[in-house]
Amino acid sequence: MKLYCLSGHPTLPCNVLKFKSTTIMLDCGLDTTSVLNFLPLPLVHSPRLSKLPGWVSKDGSANLEKELKECAGRVFVDSQPEFCLPERELLDLSTIDVILISNYHCMMALPYITEHTGFTGTVYATEPTLTIGRLFMEELVNFMERVPKAQSATCWKNKEMQRMLPGPLKDVVDVWAWKRSYSIQEVNSALSKVQLVGYSQKVELFGAVQVSPLSSGYSLGSSNWIIQSHHEKVSYVSGSSLLTTHPQPMDQSSLKNSDVLILTGLTQMPTANPDGMLGEFCSNLAMTIRAGGNVLVPCYSSGVIYDLLECLYQFIDSANLGTTPFYFISPVANSSLEFSQIFAEWLCHNKQSKVYLPEPPFPHAELIQTNKLKHYPSIHGDFSSEFRQPCVVFTGHPSLRFGDVVHFMELWGKSSINTIIFTEPDFSYLDALAPYQPLAMKCVYCPIDTRLNFHQVSKLLKEVQPLHVVCPEQYTQPPLTQSHRSDLMLELQPPPMPYRRCSVLNLPHRRRYERVYILPELANSLVPSEIKPGVSLATVSAVLHSKDNKHTLQSVPKPPPVAPSKKRKRVLEEPPAVLAPKTLLSGAVPLEAFLATLQKHGFTEVKVEETADGHILHLQAEDTLIQLEEDGTHIVCDNNEPLRTTLRDLVLRFLQKL
Amino acid sequence: MPEIKVTPLGAGQDVGRSCILVSIGGKNIMLDCGMHMGYNDDRRFPDFSYITQNGRLTEFLDCVIISHFHLDHCGALPFMSEMVGYDGPIYMTHPTKAICPILLEDFRKITVDKKGETNFFTSQMIKDCMKKVVPLNLHQTVQVDDELEIKAYYAGHVLGAAMVQIKVGSESVVYTGDYNMTPDRHLGAAWIDKCRPDVLISESTYATTIRDSKRCRERDFLKKVHESIERGGKVLIPVFALGRAQELCILLETFWERMNLKAPIYFSTGLTEKANHYYKLFITWTNQKIRKTFVQRNMFEFKHIKAFDRSYADNPGPMVVFATPGMLHAGQSLQIFKKWAGHEKNMVIMPGYCVQGTIGHKILNGQRKLELEGRSTLEVKLQVEYMSFSAHADAKGIMQLIRMAEPRNVLLVHGEAVKMEFLKGKIEQEFSIDCHMPANGETATVQTNPSVPVDISLNLLKREMALGGPLPDPKRPRTMHGTLIMKDNSLKLVSSEQALKDLGLNEHQLRFTCRVQLQDQSPEQETLSRVYTHLRSVLKGFSVQLLPDGTVMVESILIKVSSSPEDPDSKTLLLSWSYQDEDLGSFLSSLLKKGLPAALC
Repeated sequence: MKLYCLSGHPTLPCNVLKFKSTTIMLDCGLDTTSVLNFLPLPLVHSPRLSKLPGWVSKDGSANLEKELKECAGRVFVDSQPEFCLPERELLDLSTIDVILISNYHCMMALPYITEHTGFTGTVYATEPTLTIGRLFMEELVNFMERVPKAQSATCWKNKEMQRMLPGPLKDVVDVWAWKRSYSIQEVNSALSKVQLVGYSQKVELFGAVQVSPLSSGYSLGSSNWIIQSHHEKVSYVSGSSLLTTHPQPMDQSSLKNSDVLILTGLTQMPTANPDGMLGEFCSNLAMTIRAGGNVLVPCYSSGVIYDLLECLYQFIDSANLGTTPFYFISPVANSSLEFSQIFAEWLCHNKQSKVYLPEPPFPHAELIQTNKLKHYPSIHGDFSSEFRQPCVVFTGHPSLRFGDVVHFMELWGKSSINTIIFTEPDFSYLDALAPYQPLAMKCVYCPIDTRLNFHQVSKLLKEVQPLHVVCPEQYTQPPLTQSHRSDLMLELQPPPMPYRRCSVLNLPHRRRYERVYILPELANSLVPSEIKPGVSLATVSAVLHSKDNKHTLQSVPKPPPVAPSKKRKRVLEEPPAVLAPKTLLSGAVPLEAFLATLQKHGFTEVKVEETADGHILHLQAEDTLIQLEEDGTHIVCDNNEPLRTTLRDLVLRFLQKL
Repeated sequence: MPEIKVTPLGAGQDVGRSCILVSIGGKNIMLDCGMHMGYNDDRRFPDFSYITQNGRLTEFLDCVIISHFHLDHCGALPFMSEMVGYDGPIYMTHPTKAICPILLEDFRKITVDKKGETNFFTSQMIKDCMKKVVPLNLHQTVQVDDELEIKAYYAGHVLGAAMVQIKVGSESVVYTGDYNMTPDRHLGAAWIDKCRPDVLISESTYATTIRDSKRCRERDFLKKVHESIERGGKVLIPVFALGRAQELCILLETFWERMNLKAPIYFSTGLTEKANHYYKLFITWTNQKIRKTFVQRNMFEFKHIKAFDRSYADNPGPMVVFATPGMLHAGQSLQIFKKWAGHEKNMVIMPGYCVQGTIGHKILNGQRKLELEGRSTLEVKLQVEYMSFSAHADAKGIMQLIRMAEPRNVLLVHGEAVKMEFLKGKIEQEFSIDCHMPANGETATVQTNPSVPVDISLNLLKREMALGGPLPDPKRPRTMHGTLIMKDNSLKLVSSEQALKDLGLNEHQLRFTCRVQLQDQSPEQETLSRVYTHLRSVLKGFSVQLLPDGTVMVESILIKVSSSPEDPDSKTLLLSWSYQDEDLGSFLSSLLKKGLPAALC
């Protein structure tokens, strides 16, 4: 069993498990933090951005003013943003049999893997994961394609050049593996390879292993995966939550008794309490609106936004925000809001029971109905005419590098009465804001990350007791900025096996048994005998059939009756088949009982002689010796087959065949 | 020999009050718990006393599974769980769980409030019953207990309808409930994988029907409605509130839009709006097309279809009314029917199956004079049309499902005996498998022959596969040998050597030594080499060696030659072999006894 680690990002994993002749990719996360090195893509021409000075090295030897721009002391690449892909050189991606997706955040690299690599396998995901994952991809493509950038900067990637650049550009690795966004055709083609699965559905892969998604409690349709055969069990834990938000609660007990547990997707904000952050979010929002300012919430178009809207639904009236317009702007805003209402099966119990009434499970339906929440595909069109201030705008992308959020940054950034509230934990807010500096707008950082924290995960691991844990190396040491916090790391016995990008781990597990099926006919012919109390044995002689990784044992076919022919006599003289049964014997032949048996079968003249290791029996009439010892019996006789076989069978009565 | 027993308490050679008991691997499961539309007395519910004479059913049943929300499949549920007594789990899909209590309440109201029956289940009982329901998701494997697992498949038919696979060890049963093998305007087609159940329990409502294409039927339906409207007639379409109603609404809605028709379409019960709401929230259970487009346009928001008020029935001019219930046995559809029956211009279209005893059944059989309660008779002058829109599989569809699942036995329920007989013949002929059709209270027993799962040591398996290849060669069957260790309910198959080691047993060597007398004048050494040459020529394919210490070795059998000093011509061959070489040893001793071939002297 081997694990190939293709991504170093702990919450956007991409690992490949080789297990019993199957090659299984676990998640397909796309590391988007690379876009922070790029200049934002404005929706309308931004004089500020276009006037930024180009970068030239201090001694003037390197001139990249066309590709790199300087803003507030930092250098940005002026090009279409690029993403850091999972490693593609570590193993041949065309050999991957299946890809298991755990949640919609962890599938964004799918088109890069399934297209143009020779991939011919199947992708498994739940229905909400596929639906919302598709929305995320469509949104990304839309964000990129509506503001096409002619230039694609590559000179800065040159090794010699990169060395001379200021940080952080100088230190980024694998820049040649960075790629621009995919096209909608590639998205459609990639997603056409997805096969839908439900929680606890057992999917057989080539008869060798069974995979099964479990509810992970993190987002709509999010799952952990069990990969098991009859004798081995690997659990793959990715983005899970024990908090009560909208998704179905996490299924913990099914993770029990794993041989190996691969742990990824813990919270990125181990010190921030989601509930506290939600409170801070509301109070900052209300404060800004009361002061006549606007609130900008950069967010993904599904996930935490449902919880934010639900929280606001309860908060609006008590905070007197009944007349404040809330806008949700995204090319997929409408779809996201609509789809959230139809996945009752994947929701927590409370929301499920609403559907039985029948009422929509999320209260944002009512916010829309009462016109408190309005959604638009973009800032163009209807929005521009209906837009009223002060207001609250939810829009993407949380990196602030593309999407409608760029427009609002340019629009509101200059005024200190406005506030930007960061809720998504994926990007450092300081890095996100860097190309907008200097900025007058107020910034509030309340990241809401509902994924497991270290305290919860150690409790969980204590409960489910995996033999071995594999995790990203980041989890085996405290965060760099808080090196004294030994509670912000995994401490386990035996210690977890850490991995990083490009690691290849040999997972410590030896398979010892395999499942085989004994067909009824053979099973009925077996004769078990009790050898110890509670332990029975039966010798099995059978023909093995192995097909599609399933093994069955059948009775040995009886040889066809020999046709009576002239050759018959010869046939009798044929030597026996080379590979005759190799039955072992066990036990001992007790002297007294054996003598009695001999007597009964007409061997009356027996002389017994004691030796160092046992006895020698001399059958005088037959001139035959039988040497009886603790672990052996030796019959010495003249060539008298009937006699020999009789004696043999008498001895065998006392022995156990194996 | 293990067996599976199936006993219908209802729906055995009948349509109505579906309730089937299955006994498999020591588990007892009740499939559906329905009521009969054709009866108003005790026969309305399945006879639960079959299970036990005295009291509660909890200890006799491991679980109850409801396939869909139609009352002939769930109508007796509160009676069974609350009045007879059952506290175990009841499984149904989410939409069924949502809609079933509403229909039950409706049923209760009609029976108790309108007909004034007592000794019937109450609203509270329906609620208490629903608390015992565990929702099922499609394809999810639900572990009822350590041994019993169930899995739901999409069945079409109505929103949330499911087929279920019941599995204990390697034995399994699939129960189809009601299903539809052709996708329609709002639902998809039933689907199941090749799960090879021991028994497939299939409905057989349309066992003898092979329906023409759906498109033709729809065109026919629209044509008839249109003609009737054109000549100013009123069209009554009796339906059940959920199911076909939505299908036909979508059909008429699109037709009205396309033809720009103005005649009003009404839907009779207050349930409708609520019903359509369920369809919107459970849109994942509808067909591909509706699911894909629902964000832009929700098919269950009708523009032309409005709520009906009782007074509208007397309005002049043409109209189309969907009214419940579907078999004209009570309620609003019957009231409207009575009002409109006397005019030739009007028309009633029966879009579904009607059970015996209902007015729907009578008029479909051509009865033109109906006796009503209170001795009055009703003359039926309006046009009566039957158009099978009920979403059941037809004969072709049933055969198709059998082909999909590849069962070892088929068992038919939910159909009429005569029609079943016909289908049974067809199934047995085409698939060469047994087909059963027990009547109510009759038990069908199916022998199963499960394989025994065993853990084989990987060493043994790999050794065997390396030697023999994955598939046995029919000409040279390879026999594998091992020892099966049975201990604490575990079965392990290991090599004999490992079995000795694992169990801490000593090996007992059994050896044989045989003396064979031979007359040969040559010296010992020469005799030995003649024995060697002889054996070499006879035993092709065996390893025969002449060892330097004066021994011939055949495989692991040792042969030595000695001569007595008194008689040098008489030689004694000593053969020594272990029990494991018994066959070869025995063969050699008899071979050598015959002496050495003369030709070699």
